[in-house]
Amino acid sequence: MKKLIVSIILCAPLVQSISFQQGYKIGDTVSNFTLKNVDNKMVSLSDYNTHHGVILIFDCNTCPYSNAYNERIIALNNLYKPKGFPVVTVNSNDPKISPGDSFDEMVSRAKNKKYSFPYLFDETQKVGHAFGATNTPHTFVLKREGKNFVVAYIGAIDNNPRDADAVGKKYVEQAVGALLNEEEVQIKETKAIGCSIKYR
Amino acid sequence: MMGMTPFTYGQDPTIIKLNELQRLIAEDNGTVKVINFWATWCAPCIKELPYLEKIHKENSNVEVLLISLDLDLDSDPEKVYKFVERKGLTSKVFLLNEKDPNKWINSIDKNWSGALPATLIINSKTGKRKFIEQQLKEGELETLIDQVH
Repeated sequence: MKKLIVSIILCAPLVQSISFQQGYKIGDTVSNFTLKNVDNKMVSLSDYNTHHGVILIFDCNTCPYSNAYNERIIALNNLYKPKGFPVVTVNSNDPKISPGDSFDEMVSRAKNKKYSFPYLFDETQKVGHAFGATNTPHTFVLKREGKNFVVAYIGAIDNNPRDADAVGKKYVEQAVGALLNEEEVQIKETKAIGCSIKYR
Repeated sequence: MMGMTPFTYGQDPTIIKLNELQRLIAEDNGTVKVINFWATWCAPCIKELPYLEKIHKENSNVEVLLISLDLDLDSDPEKVYKFVERKGLTSKVFLLNEKDPNKWINSIDKNWSGALPATLIINSKTGKRKFIEQQLKEGELETLIDQVH
């Protein structure tokens, strides 16, 4: 711990890099948030208080991993929205650093891909920071408990970014499937390579 | 290890598995190793490359190893070969060929979320290490190397 503190003092610009350790953990209750959707309407997490939960995915236009998972994200919503566990995507990238992730570009992407789920613009990056989202696509499965949403799974969508047909472990499907059956989620946290979220 | 020291122009990047990467990380060759995880599609990775190349060329006690994760998304290594040639990279380039990232990310550093770029700085004599998961700024690498001495 002493070493960690020393390194933070010595490398003040690095402080942001450890923010991923400060986000929500499994079992944490998530604070409500309200962000602008690509249709210009505001969407809040609390809008989903009659659903079983929400598959919250930090995503963007420009990341090759996001692109590799685009069809899989659409398929997740098609599978689980009718079961009361829809997908909500959030873009936290700073458009000044990544111009392809501006609000207008998000609108184009959602139209071209006919998104059937919200694609929200986290302009202040507060939601990304609150969750400790580090890379895209970074997924948080949120289970509704009364009026609250509790983190039930954090990590990758599955274990094979390169080839959707060769996936061995569908982490998000397993987590949501377990929650819909009122069972314990077996694998609660995973890691994946991804594009860093472009925080200011 | 002489073949991995600077000025190896026209290099052929090597495709490796996790156990070979772990051997590269663990092997004591008397240098400070800077092991950088990157990909050709990763803009912040490309921006920090000049700092890595500079330190590799100018400091014989530092060895930079560039570990490409391009194969994670695309099984064809050709894009990486062309990139390495076009840029004339002198740091030794490897392509990691592992399918399931969740199985190996923690074995590099448990604090790594998996976001690129990421850099591990390790004193191969003492094992003292630093890990940074963001784009390196000018001069930052020198500071991190000093910290593992």
